[in-house]
Amino acid sequence: MDTGPPTCAGPHPRGNMGRYVARRLLLTIPVLLGASVLIFSMVYALPGDPIRALAGDRPVSPAVVKVLTERFHLDDPLWIQYWEYLKGLFQGDLGTDFRGRPVLDTIERTLPVTIRLTIVAVVFEIVIGLTAGVLAGIRRNSFFDNLVLVSTTVIVSIPILVLAFLAQLTFGLKLGWFPIAGTREGWYGYVLPGLVLASGSLAYVARLTRTSIAENMRADYVRTAKAKGLPRSRIIVRHTLRNSLIPVVTFIGADIGALLGGAIVTETVFNLPGIGREVFDSIQAQEGAVVVGIVTLMVFFFIFFNLVVDVLYAVLDPRIRYD
Amino acid sequence: MTDHLQQEVRKDEIEAGTTTGLASPSVDPLSARQNSLWSDAWAALKRNPLFWIGSLLTVLLVVMAVFPQLFARGADPRACDLANSKARPSSEHWFGYDQQGCDYLANVVYGARNSLIIGVFAVVVVLLLGVVVGAIAGYFGGATDGILSRIADIFYALPLILGALVLLRVGPQTDIPILNSRGPGAVALALALFGWMTAMRLVRSQVIAVKSSDYVAAARAMGASNSRILIRHILPNAVAPVLVYTTITIGVLIAAEATLTYLGVGLQRPAISWGLQIEAGQDLIRTSPHLVLFPSIVLSLTVMAFILMGDALRDALDPRQRA
Repeated sequence: MDTGPPTCAGPHPRGNMGRYVARRLLLTIPVLLGASVLIFSMVYALPGDPIRALAGDRPVSPAVVKVLTERFHLDDPLWIQYWEYLKGLFQGDLGTDFRGRPVLDTIERTLPVTIRLTIVAVVFEIVIGLTAGVLAGIRRNSFFDNLVLVSTTVIVSIPILVLAFLAQLTFGLKLGWFPIAGTREGWYGYVLPGLVLASGSLAYVARLTRTSIAENMRADYVRTAKAKGLPRSRIIVRHTLRNSLIPVVTFIGADIGALLGGAIVTETVFNLPGIGREVFDSIQAQEGAVVVGIVTLMVFFFIFFNLVVDVLYAVLDPRIRYD
Repeated sequence: MTDHLQQEVRKDEIEAGTTTGLASPSVDPLSARQNSLWSDAWAALKRNPLFWIGSLLTVLLVVMAVFPQLFARGADPRACDLANSKARPSSEHWFGYDQQGCDYLANVVYGARNSLIIGVFAVVVVLLLGVVVGAIAGYFGGATDGILSRIADIFYALPLILGALVLLRVGPQTDIPILNSRGPGAVALALALFGWMTAMRLVRSQVIAVKSSDYVAAARAMGASNSRILIRHILPNAVAPVLVYTTITIGVLIAAEATLTYLGVGLQRPAISWGLQIEAGQDLIRTSPHLVLFPSIVLSLTVMAFILMGDALRDALDPRQRA
């Protein structure tokens, strides 16, 4: 019975995984705090007067100014403002925007849109990127291989902004296959933005898979399997793919963290009300609490998925030890 | 033994420092000694058509940025006539007219200057920051490295566009020079501040790799100072990967500039910029798609030029890939 290349099954001395995860979690705290301090100081170090900006031309009574100044700690130095913010954060309170709406509500309203967009993008990465990479990798230097190489270079070179408009022009307006904006048509409306958002990573997945497969096709264990007389399809599926996909799986995992925070352009062009567009609108309106809250969340996603991937890598690749 | 095989054996022997005489007894190992990394790389580059395509496009763009008159077919980008508003491309006016009735070819051509200036200026700052911080972190190690690497982690967790977006939004309201200018300098500086981390990591890892080599120990034994060892002995080894990274990054930064300008925080009218042209064209995409299409295509070709050159450089400079 052929079960693929030998792995270190059973109990193996690979260090203490719990301790590894705990240490990595501890290391993420200074990064998370640092990133939020960075964004906080950029947003709140402004000399402007947010109360006046909010009121516009209407006169504001001194009493209102006093209440708002106290509520948002506008007269305190920056580090006290940050400390008040942190205290709230640990009690699950992300503060409110200047209209009094809790930031948490804004996130709850917009996050599902971004999550759906990310899911669609990852599905594209897997379905198109992985397939193209595998086909190119097992037939190196074939026509298809060269096609994948050229098209991935082209895709990587086109800015997301341009891709978004090209997709709207061709698939949306010329062909009329997909809606070009909004979420009214449910999941269907996410197809085009998802494809655009995925494009860069999709090209990278294809290249990574191709290189990884091509390398593993030359490995000794593949030669051994061939010598044993195994059919080619079995060698590819059970031996090559299993080993080649480790770097691809970890890349896609880390990419989820990046996609959740990087959809500002896609969501803006396609008019999707997710956290990317929300943070963009809030930056424009200088809604400090919303910006800091959402950016901290994005940084958390990024760090969290990178951590998951590092652990996953060690689980998938028995050569890696946790210590 | 064929000539080719003979050459191979000779090369192997010289590389291994042994001469068995198998290849050819008359070979003088001194005259056939290995070429340097750079002459080998140049030989590989010369054979790579993608490198030539990339270089040709780059030269074209640089000429376009310096002497836009040569490409504008005699039209002045600021001479507009509303009677021509949104006129379609014709044999007289290849790119048609924009909404204000300005010749669009001239406008797209004149846009190259800002993009290239920002791309090059930003990459210079990225290199300055990356090389200095990376070299210090790698060379001194310990707590210095710990602190600098965590700072890089913090910046790394923030998406480039997001960080630059916040900084450019608040920049004009501060009294920080350059940043409050709303000009190319501000955009380049914001991009560099949120884009130096990869260069830093690259230089840091190169420095760590070279630090423990014998020739660095020899230089230290001869009494060379820290800065002399860093500048004369360690940094030259980091030039190859940094050069590859720099080339690709110029393209990435040019795309980022167009995106920021499109989002409204980069260059402002009356500056001529591809980002502004795409932004103005997006509302007319149904009736006059050429207004979005032409700046998009030229922008993508610009990014592609740098990515093609960077890819070719990487292939040429990586001796492990060379057969």
